[in-house]
Amino acid sequence: MSKQETKTAYLEGLRDGFPIGLGYFAVSFSLGIAARNAGLNAFQGLIASLLCNASAGEYALFTLIGAGGTYLEIALVTLIANARYLLMSCALSQRISPEMRDFHRYLFGGIITDEFFGINIARPGYLEPVYYYGAISVATPLWAVGTALGIVMGNLLPGRVVSALSVALYGMFLAIIIPPAKKDRVVAVSVVLSFVLSWLFSRLPALSGISAGSRTIALTLLIAGGAALLFPVKEKEGAA
Amino acid sequence: MSRVWLSILTAAAVSYVIRVLPLTLIRRPIKNVFLRSFLYYVPYVTLAVMTFPAIVEATDTMTAGVAALAVGVIAALLNGNLITVAAACCAVVFLLELVIR
Repeated sequence: MSKQETKTAYLEGLRDGFPIGLGYFAVSFSLGIAARNAGLNAFQGLIASLLCNASAGEYALFTLIGAGGTYLEIALVTLIANARYLLMSCALSQRISPEMRDFHRYLFGGIITDEFFGINIARPGYLEPVYYYGAISVATPLWAVGTALGIVMGNLLPGRVVSALSVALYGMFLAIIIPPAKKDRVVAVSVVLSFVLSWLFSRLPALSGISAGSRTIALTLLIAGGAALLFPVKEKEGAA
Repeated sequence: MSRVWLSILTAAAVSYVIRVLPLTLIRRPIKNVFLRSFLYYVPYVTLAVMTFPAIVEATDTMTAGVAALAVGVIAALLNGNLITVAAACCAVVFLLELVIR
């Protein structure tokens, strides 16, 4: 790759990363509110977001910190909430040029997100680390700063604004799960079943004592495992 | 070190390993059909479990939370864009709670 090509790829990464960063900012602000409720300060939120880069995973982390979860619970829930990145990482490994320097795998690999995965897999040919870094360099700081600001400003904002922002994260989750459910009936049934069982687990007297984290683990193993047994995916291209 | 920092580092370490291990170790596609299928369904189930009933409990009034869920599902069906759906959910909660609170 020539210097000019490198520069172009980096600028394209910046360009594509900017709208992602704006979205990240809004969502991580709402994540910051959850972190504040769990007792984190702005610096802790900033570092957590820089290191974890995951809406669902961080949300689970903050919830568990607030609920006094154990480190094992945190590790397990993080594993489950981020399990999709395993699959994305597998998919990305198929798009790596034999000439790419190996350290890139350890660098951009650590910051695989739904959006970065999406824009990189959408580009033809081999993965360009420079393009990836362009997107990261604009979107990831916005993600981290949004979390910190959510923690700091969450209590300065009027209650009704906080109430409204608190659903942003769930809105994003819905945007990830509903479109595939439209295309895949098994996914649709799994989502509905997840809603119903999650609600039952939180309401039934015998089950409502189970922590939110353990509920997520148990229901994921049960429903995703059941779906995989009954409706194995043959040629479908993973979460991609 | 405090419990919060250790919790953050635990999550960070697990997040990093999950993302980097396949990319560095597995250099061929996963063949096991059950494992592939399980990994395929996992994100949808996990996110769905985390979304409901939490979304209706997050807002000040449950009515607004239910409205956010309904609007979120409809918006996601019409337009899968993450930001659009998140904004639509926030907007409906804000407007509804202006009226009912």
